[in-house]
Amino acid sequence: MSTVTRIPFVDYLVLEPEPHLIAYECTGCGARYFDRRNACAGCFGTEFTTADVPTEGEVRAFTIVTFAAPGVDVPFVAAVVDCGGTSVRGNIINCPPDPEHVSLGMRVRLATTVVGTDSAGVEAINYGFEPA
Amino acid sequence: MSRSDDIWILGIHMTKFGKHPDLDVVDLGAQAILGALADAGVTMREIGVLAAGNLFGSGSIAQQLQKQVGQTGIPAYNVSNACATGATALRTAIMAVKAGEVDYGLAVGVEKLAGAGLLGAGGRAKSDGEEWTRSGRFGAVAPVDGRIGTEAMPGVFAQIGMEYGHRYGGTSFELFARISEKNHGHSTLNPLAAYTKAMPLEQIMNDVMIAYPNTRPMCSANCDGAAAAVVVNGETLRTLSLEQQRRAVKVSASVLTSDPWQESCQILPDVNTLTRNAARQAYEQAGVGPQDLDLVELHDCFATAELVHYDNLMLCDEGGAVDFFESGAPFRDGRLPVNVSGGLQSKGHPISATGIANIWEVCQHVRGEGGDRQIEGAKIGLAHVIGLASACGVHILERSSLAA
Repeated sequence: MSTVTRIPFVDYLVLEPEPHLIAYECTGCGARYFDRRNACAGCFGTEFTTADVPTEGEVRAFTIVTFAAPGVDVPFVAAVVDCGGTSVRGNIINCPPDPEHVSLGMRVRLATTVVGTDSAGVEAINYGFEPA
Repeated sequence: MSRSDDIWILGIHMTKFGKHPDLDVVDLGAQAILGALADAGVTMREIGVLAAGNLFGSGSIAQQLQKQVGQTGIPAYNVSNACATGATALRTAIMAVKAGEVDYGLAVGVEKLAGAGLLGAGGRAKSDGEEWTRSGRFGAVAPVDGRIGTEAMPGVFAQIGMEYGHRYGGTSFELFARISEKNHGHSTLNPLAAYTKAMPLEQIMNDVMIAYPNTRPMCSANCDGAAAAVVVNGETLRTLSLEQQRRAVKVSASVLTSDPWQESCQILPDVNTLTRNAARQAYEQAGVGPQDLDLVELHDCFATAELVHYDNLMLCDEGGAVDFFESGAPFRDGRLPVNVSGGLQSKGHPISATGIANIWEVCQHVRGEGGDRQIEGAKIGLAHVIGLASACGVHILERSSLAA
């Protein structure tokens, strides 16, 4: 019997078999969301299914944050990635955080990173995007 | 009871923006109210409704202010709508006047922010020695800010400017810095601005980077300040003195929007669609177009934001914001001056005051009372404000043709 030693950082990250994101997809209009939903903001429907989000995409916007709230490591690259038509928020990782290495339109793929380990020895795994 | 539909600003006042260590939020708000009442030539006795905004104080700012400037038993609304709080207070007063419930309304916005740090960011890191527990709508085991993108305003608005560049091209760090250079240049003529020094491009680009491509002087300045306005319906205005009628400023359009759902609007705030919607409605209400405007005060909370709003307010063709800036149009000697007050980057951004202070600036010009920075012959101006996520206020203001 194995104990859980890795958990996803957020509910919409699935680690097995391969790390990927899932979205709540409105059955009425196809709008996708990552947060817990009460209803669809687009068509007001209340039925959702779960959809796998493509793990590759294109950087549509980014910034390199050098001043942040206490506890946040800087500098880091925050970005919006277009994953096959679904917009995803995430950091660009495994890449130097400077405008010479990060560019608009660059191709990226989902990657994971360890956030930390709690007192029970459980690792929290977050996602980011790395150059593809 | 039927009232004429037209709405006028009878009096308006803005305090000096900057550091006011000796004044509390009530002192500042009261200063703005007393200034606006004096400018209008009326007292609290005439005012039928009060709407007040303040985000970082102790609450119930409207009643706190009434206790200092006049308790007359009128309805008082405390409003809160992020950076659009001031415009929302004004809209609230205007709606009451327009509905015919009252003849005069008073709106005020006040904030004490000098020394405040980065806004929008937050969340404690996980404390050691505990087990991961999920919370919030993402079921996150620790704050997502900084770990899944950024929630701090400089980075959010940096991405908004970068997204525009990705879509239409032509943007660069230097371009955004030059927008900031323009506004800091404009501020030298505004004695009420928090910062009134011109900044060379090199200095702006070499200053501390906050969130690329926004350096510190390209971010709005946290400061203290207040602004207030008295509004009146046209029928009542026509019973007042010729001087009051001449100086009154017509509110040709008053619009407030929130963002309609768009793919990605819950990923990165979409400041574009609701601003475009507000502008479209405002031009329609006022019966004017962008080509009729003599000046614009828009919400340049960051240099990257100013660029996208040239387009959103339809000051240029769609996708043409870079060309609009490069043409020199938004400089004070250009075809359509934008942010001649110095904008939020130098005038300052005491959040709840901003949505009335931008209207004060336009009023100064259309009244011909702009002093050293008067835009000659200005008759029509537009004031825009946006708060995340999201509320957008657009007002179009016109010089009075009464008692001419």
